[in-house]
Amino acid sequence: MTAPTATGRRAAAEPDPAGPPAARERGMRGPGSGRIALLTSGLVAALVAVALVSAATGAYAIPLGDVVDSVLHRARLGGEPLDRVGESVLWDARLPRVVLAVLVGAALGCAGALMQGVFGNPLAEPGVIGISSGAAVGAVAAIAFGLDFLGDWTITVFAFVAGLGTVLLVYVLSRSEGRTEVVTLILTGIAVNAFAGALIGLCVFFADNAQISGITFWQLGSLAQATWPKVLAVLPCAAVGLLVAPWFARRLDLLALGERPARHLGVDVERLRVVLILVTALLTASAVAMAGIITFVGLLVPHLLRMVAGPGHRFLLPGSALGGALVLVSADLVARTAAQPAELPLGVLTALIGSPFFFWLLRRTRRRQGGWA
Amino acid sequence: MIGFRTRAAEPPSAPAAGAELAEAAGLAVRLGGRPVLTGIDLTVRAGEVLTLVGPNGAGKSTLLAALAADVAPAEGRLLVDGRPAADWTARELAFRRAVLPQAATVSFPFTVAEVVAMGRAPWAGTAAEDEDDVRVAEAMAATEVAGFADRPFGALSGGERARVALARVLAQRTGLLLLDEPTAALDLRHQEQVMRICRELAEAGRGVVVVLHDLGLAAAWADRAAVLRGGRLAAVGAPEEVFTEGLLGEVYGHPVRVLADPETGAPLIVPRRPRRGEAAGADG
Repeated sequence: MTAPTATGRRAAAEPDPAGPPAARERGMRGPGSGRIALLTSGLVAALVAVALVSAATGAYAIPLGDVVDSVLHRARLGGEPLDRVGESVLWDARLPRVVLAVLVGAALGCAGALMQGVFGNPLAEPGVIGISSGAAVGAVAAIAFGLDFLGDWTITVFAFVAGLGTVLLVYVLSRSEGRTEVVTLILTGIAVNAFAGALIGLCVFFADNAQISGITFWQLGSLAQATWPKVLAVLPCAAVGLLVAPWFARRLDLLALGERPARHLGVDVERLRVVLILVTALLTASAVAMAGIITFVGLLVPHLLRMVAGPGHRFLLPGSALGGALVLVSADLVARTAAQPAELPLGVLTALIGSPFFFWLLRRTRRRQGGWA
Repeated sequence: MIGFRTRAAEPPSAPAAGAELAEAAGLAVRLGGRPVLTGIDLTVRAGEVLTLVGPNGAGKSTLLAALAADVAPAEGRLLVDGRPAADWTARELAFRRAVLPQAATVSFPFTVAEVVAMGRAPWAGTAAEDEDDVRVAEAMAATEVAGFADRPFGALSGGERARVALARVLAQRTGLLLLDEPTAALDLRHQEQVMRICRELAEAGRGVVVVLHDLGLAAAWADRAAVLRGGRLAAVGAPEEVFTEGLLGEVYGHPVRVLADPETGAPLIVPRRPRRGEAAGADG
C-alpha cells in the first residue's frame, strides 16, 4: 500500500485494485442518501403537521379534521366547507398567516445557508451582520415618509434596495485578501446594525404616531398583518430565490476551500458571489418587507442541519428552507398562543431563543480556532 | 438561466511528451504597485519536475500564482497550453492545471472523502465524470489518507491536511500541477512520498512545478531548478549545475557547502556553521 499507484498512465490503464472500497463507494456522497431522504421527509411531515395545527389553533378553535376538509374542498379534492365564520377565520386570517410564515421562514433559512456559504463562515447571518436591519431601514423609511408610489410593492422594493445596498457594504467592508475573518464580519455587523439603528431612529423622529406603530411592528417582527395580497407580493421574490439557490450548491461546496482553490477548480468566483449576494438580498429583503426583523432563523437552522446531515449544500440549501419554514411556523404558533389574547412579537421570540444559541456558537467557533485571529 | 456555461468547455487530451504546458515570457508581476516579479522567462514542459527555490520573499509563491493564472501579468505574457491565460475560462483552466495552495483550509466540516472528491468538480458533465470514484480512491491511496476518509477535514493534523489537499489536487488529473510547498508540514517519510509522487507524475508525462525550501529535496527529485532572488531568476537548470556553493551562498546570503550524496551523487546542501563552542563572537 505504500507505493503510490494513483499516478500516471499506468494507473489510467489499470485502476488501482488496492483502493479502499469504503472510500470508493462513498465517493462524494457524504452521509448516506437514505439519511437525507429520511430527514427531508421528516421535515416535510413536521411542517405540514405544524401548519395544520397552527391553522386549527386560536381564539376561535377549528377542529383539525375540519381544517383538512376545508382545504381539500377549496382544492376541489372532495372535503366540505366550514360554516361562514369558520371559513372566514381560516381563509382570511389563519391560512394567509401560516403561508406567510412558511415563505418568510423558508426565505430566512435559505438566505442564512447561502450567506454562510458565500462568506465561508458559519456565523454569517442576515440579522447578525446587519442585512435585516439594513432592509428594515428601507421599509421604515417608506412608512415614515408615507411613500406608496409602487402600491403594495413599495415597501418590498424599498426593503430590497436597502437590503442589497447593505449586503454590498458589508461585503466590501469585511473582506481582506479574499477571505472574511469571523471577527471582521461580526464587527462590521455591529457597525452596520448601529448605523441602521440610527437611521431607523431618525425615521421614527420624523414619523407621526400612526406611522410609529407601523415602524415598531418592523422592529419587533410580526406576521400579524398577513393577508393574501401580502403573500402574493412576497411569493415571487421568495420563489425565485428558493428555486435558484440549490442550483449553486456544488459551487458553494467548492467555495469552502477558499476563493482561489475554488477558481482553480473552474468556478467563476466573482460571478458566483455577485449572483448569490443578489439572491441573498432578494430572500432577506422579501422576508423583512413582510415580517420585519426576525433574526437567528438563518443561523440556527443551517447549523443544526449541518450537524445532522453534513455541510454539503445540495441538501443544506433546500433543507434550510424547509427547516426555516418549520421553525417560523412553530414560533408564530407560540407567539400567537402563549400569552393569549395578547401576541408576543415574533422577532423577539426568535431572538430570545436564538441569541443564547449564537453565544454558544461563538464560544465553540472560538475554541475550535484557538482564539480569534 | 444565468448562463454560467455558455461556452461548452471541451476537456483537452493528455499533453504530448515535452509539450509546453505553461510559458512565461518577459513576465512581470506587481502586487499593490510593488514589483514582485521582473523579467521572468520560464517554460514548464510535460514530463518534468521543475522546482522553484529561493529565500523568503524572493517571489516563489507569486511565480507559482502567475503560472496558475491567479495574478495577471503587468508586463510580458503567460501562455497556458499555448494560449494566453486570460483567454481561457476558469473551467478550461481547471482542465489543464491543478494548484496546491500553501495552507489548506476548509470552511465547513466536510469529510476527507468529500474534500478529495471536490477535485473532480471540473469534470462534472464530461465523459471523465465516470472515473470520479476511481480517481478519488487512487488519489487517497497514493497519499495514504484513505484511513481517515470519514473524518472532518478540520479535525486533522497539519501534516494530514497537507496530504488530503494534495490528494484533491491529484484527483483533478490535470496535465500541469502547481504545488506550493507540499512538503512543508510533513515528516521525513511523507516528504519523500510526496516527491516520489511528483516524480511518477512527471514520468507519466505530466508537468509538475513545486516550490520547495529544502534544497536537498529539490536536488534529489527535480529535473530542473529555478533559483529566484528578489523577483528575478538567478539561474535555471539541472540541480547539479545550478546548486553551486557560489550561487546559493550569494542568493541566500549565507555560506553553504555542496557535497555529493555518497550513494546517489545528488547534491547535498549544508549551511556552513561554526563549530560548537566557537559559535558566539565568531564574526565579532
